[in-house]
Amino acid sequence: MYPANFDYQKASSVAEALAVMAANPDVKVIAGGHSLLPAMKLRLAQPPALLDVWGIEELKGIRREGDWFVVGAMTTHADVLRSELPLFPEVAYEVGDPMVRNRGTIGGSLAHADPSADYPAAALALGAEFVIRGPEGERTVPAGEMFLGMFESAVQPGELLTHVRIPATVQASAYEKFKHPASHYAIVGVAVIRDANGQIRAAYTGAGEKAERLHRLEERLNSGQPVGTGLVESATLLGDRFASPEYRAHLVDVLAERAAARV
Amino acid sequence: MTESRPDKYMGQALKRKEDPRFITGTGQYTDDFVLPGTLHAAMVRSPYAHARITNIDRSSVDGMPGVVAVLTGEDVQAAGIGPIPVGWLLPDLKVPAHHAVAQGEVNHVGDIVAVVVAETRAQAEDAAALLAVDYEALSSVALGSAALAEGAPQVHDDVPGNVAFQWEIGDEAALNEAFNRAHKTVKVQLRNHRLIPNAIEPRASLAQFSPASREYLLYTTSQNPHIHRLILAAFVMGIPEHKLRVISPDVGGGFGSKIFQYQEEVIVLLAAQKLGKPVKWTARRSESFVSDMQGRDHESVAELAVDDQGKMLGLRVNTVANLGAYLTLFAPAVPTYLYGTLLNGVYKFPAVHARVTGVVTNTVPVDAYRGAGRPEATYLIERTVDVMAHELGMDPAEFRRINFIQPDEFPYQTPVALVYDSGNYEPALDKALEMMHYQELRAEQERMKGTGKILGIGLISYLEACGLAPSALVGQLGAQAGQWESSLVRVHPTGKVELYTGSHSHGQGHETAFPQIAADELQIPIEDIDLIHGDTGRMPYGWGTYGSRSAAVGGSALKMALGKITAKAKKIAAHLLEASEEDVEHEGGVFRVKGAPSQSKTFFDVALMAHLAHNLPEGMEPGLEATAFYDPKNFVYPFGTHIAVVEIDTDTGVVRLRGYGCVDDCGPLINPLIAEGQVHGGIAQGAGQALWEEAAYDEDGNLLAGTFMEYAVPRADDLPHFQTDHTVTPSPHNPLGVKGIGEAGTIASTAAVANAVMDALWHECRIKHLDMPYTSEKVWRAIREARGGMGQAADD
Ligand SMILES: Cc1cc2nc3c(=O)[nH]c(=O)nc-3n(C[C@H](O)[C@H](O)[C@H](O)COP(=O)(O)OP(=O)(O)OC[C@H]3O[C@@H](n4cnc5c(N)ncnc54)[C@H](O)[C@@H]3O)c2cc1C
Repeated sequence: MYPANFDYQKASSVAEALAVMAANPDVKVIAGGHSLLPAMKLRLAQPPALLDVWGIEELKGIRREGDWFVVGAMTTHADVLRSELPLFPEVAYEVGDPMVRNRGTIGGSLAHADPSADYPAAALALGAEFVIRGPEGERTVPAGEMFLGMFESAVQPGELLTHVRIPATVQASAYEKFKHPASHYAIVGVAVIRDANGQIRAAYTGAGEKAERLHRLEERLNSGQPVGTGLVESATLLGDRFASPEYRAHLVDVLAERAAARV
Repeated sequence: MTESRPDKYMGQALKRKEDPRFITGTGQYTDDFVLPGTLHAAMVRSPYAHARITNIDRSSVDGMPGVVAVLTGEDVQAAGIGPIPVGWLLPDLKVPAHHAVAQGEVNHVGDIVAVVVAETRAQAEDAAALLAVDYEALSSVALGSAALAEGAPQVHDDVPGNVAFQWEIGDEAALNEAFNRAHKTVKVQLRNHRLIPNAIEPRASLAQFSPASREYLLYTTSQNPHIHRLILAAFVMGIPEHKLRVISPDVGGGFGSKIFQYQEEVIVLLAAQKLGKPVKWTARRSESFVSDMQGRDHESVAELAVDDQGKMLGLRVNTVANLGAYLTLFAPAVPTYLYGTLLNGVYKFPAVHARVTGVVTNTVPVDAYRGAGRPEATYLIERTVDVMAHELGMDPAEFRRINFIQPDEFPYQTPVALVYDSGNYEPALDKALEMMHYQELRAEQERMKGTGKILGIGLISYLEACGLAPSALVGQLGAQAGQWESSLVRVHPTGKVELYTGSHSHGQGHETAFPQIAADELQIPIEDIDLIHGDTGRMPYGWGTYGSRSAAVGGSALKMALGKITAKAKKIAAHLLEASEEDVEHEGGVFRVKGAPSQSKTFFDVALMAHLAHNLPEGMEPGLEATAFYDPKNFVYPFGTHIAVVEIDTDTGVVRLRGYGCVDDCGPLINPLIAEGQVHGGIAQGAGQALWEEAAYDEDGNLLAGTFMEYAVPRADDLPHFQTDHTVTPSPHNPLGVKGIGEAGTIASTAAVANAVMDALWHECRIKHLDMPYTSEKVWRAIREARGGMGQAADD
């Protein structure tokens, strides 16, 4: 409950934040703090300095740009929940509880790449894009290149995730979540969407070290086959006291069936 | 009756007087108290389950900001502070020394190795994290049965074979004879797994020492401040009792975990005395997981025998009780006198025999946890009874019904020592069956076959013994404590009243319920009455709150003290009315002369005159104050029937608790709202054990569920609406007729929910027994295996 000592400062613009990070490589960005602070309280993370980006106005809110929604990284789960985004509101409803949702941000969650987080499955299924700014300027990363491993995203030290671009129109979408009974994070979460062209895209989170596309499910559904079983190999999945790799693989099948039935 | 107060406060569902302050955050808990100049203690806890401490390098924190002192086991020894004693002794009990700070050896993860005291909490935590300690790891053992195995690691040199005690109860020869006559027997291996109490308020202590008066003051999170004072003063610190004042202010839940004397309480007292400044410690939540005394942890074999009519002939029980690394306050009593004596349940058993082996392991100590022994007994009996009913092909309700002790058979001597003074089990069963539409549920269970969902209906009829008593008996059984309770009633000159009780609420609503009793006796508005508790400096001696004793024992003591007040008040009133005492009645809030109702005196008139003493009966002492000590003649025996309804998703193994109904008999209800609240919380907690909670350790004694990220407590949306009802069978021996209700929900619900899950699995695929908790993968695998092979579970 008591983090180690740290320095703290606030940034009021992206430019200022990037300058602070460039000047001090040890500084750690804090957004809603709902992943970072628990880790600090357990002293699993001991950053010497925090840079608070919560107050940066240009990182807040959701706007429409043609076929895309552009979501500021500091948009809270609560605001996502009340938005017109495809699929994300349903997913946001599954994140934590109202307190967590009022404070946690979409950018924080996706930059953090927690293997049991909910959003990554939705981002992969929808084909979201990530706008990242760093000392070298701005780059856009497709969802397929965002989640690199456990707690490892494409966002590099010194960079800031500024916006998430989400396709505005899909025909249908569904998210099915199997909650860990204690943490309520995803043991498995499966997102399935039918895009503007009627094609199925799907992804899962929770079961493995990072969220992944469910290519096998997409192939089967796009060629008119049933969902079936064996969508993922259990050998690639995580296991713990509550859910073995084999069980997780089975849950991916079950949740995929349920989500597919809704799109 | 006067208009200002209802006819009767007893039985009214008054809202709790304490709730506004709790809800608005103005309650005063131990950690809220601030004394000037307070220093903060942080504990350095063992990361090993079993290790020798080879070196503690104090210089590793030298010069760190704010650090004032480092205390180790040597300092405790040098101060002449003794180990923390056990409060219940059994024959040949082996008691390993439990020091405030480890002396050379640690025996569980979380054991205290050293203490850092600093000016702020953060400074203390920083230094504690850096204090250099060298350990030599020793081999360790976590599971009770593993500790008994040949060649198992030895936890303590002075507890050979890790056996702290062996205990038995019942007539073994009679039981063997019953089994020889049996038509059918079943044998079930059951594990009642370990739990973490998880009170919302973590433990905390704040100590102050006054060099001038040599008095200590300790604010601490205690369910029983007088027990804390007695043990700390007389047995640990070696100081006169009256030199230590223990204040236990608002307490945010305990479930038993705040009964016991803890190491940290000794540490802050010693540190305050040595450093000359107040010292505070408040547990971090992760410390609570490895330092609050834990609950349950039995491995048992139960065997039940019946005749060809389905009548029970005998129950044989063999239990290994895991006590953890040290024996704490009531640890030896929980798996023996609070468990073995309850193994008769509500049935007419000709014979019961139980053998219990208490074992030490390298885990956090285990002691009383909500229900303490009775949930273990209820689970064992009721699970085994269901296994038998299933195998006999009898309806579990009918099987129970034909075996109940009948209402005309009380007082009933069981084969395991207790004498049940009253009971009437069938009406509670019938009411519960009706309330839950039991027959319709059974029909629905049939209809749901093949839908991918299975319905389970779990039924249990429990009995529990609470309000442990009488003192002479518990003394014979090994208790180093009395089990009476005290009450002081102080009437002020204005007729306002303070009640003092030695029991102490940690969530039970005493400040509302006790005044309800008093308002009826004194016939005054409840607003004029306050309850004072939780401070050894103010109350007469008392034994605290646990074992559902406060209403039955503390409430009875109050009733006796109130009787003394009204008797004296009546004398004064008669004197003032110039009538003889026999002609004065106490009715409608006034004392009046029979037949001359216009002549009356109010309670206020009497209270004022008692204090002015201008006109009192000849020879009467002034004042209006009385103390009573009540030592019950027997336990009280609440009972009831609980029914749980679960739905299992065969695709995932997820168990959903869909419905829950219960009929409890705790005698007359003082406050039905509070009683219902106790039942609700109890059901949630017991269901938590059956479905989610487990303090799992690995083989070496590492706690695998050390945070709320892994340890699953039930949340509101995991639970259904609870239907509650009561039957009323008063206790024949206490003046209020009341019985405890604080633990009944937990005692009953674990077994009810477990039986519901197993009822589903029996009906679906003839699975006889699985151990709790029924987590989804466990259930999914069991269904898959029972259906014979891979991949079938998702096919229906
Ligand atoms: C009780 C509880 C329950 C929860 N349940 C769930 C759940 O069910 N499902 C779920 O998905 N999540 C859950 N969470 C996590 C929650 O969603 C977090 O809010 C989220 O994961 C992180 O967002 P944040 O804004 O709080 O980020 P922070 O905690 O502030 O930051 C997380 C990490 O991301 C980095 N970071 C943050 N923003 C940026 C940025 N713009 N650019 C670059 N790096 C950045 C930080 O440096 C840090 O390393 C839960 C959290 C809690 C406390």
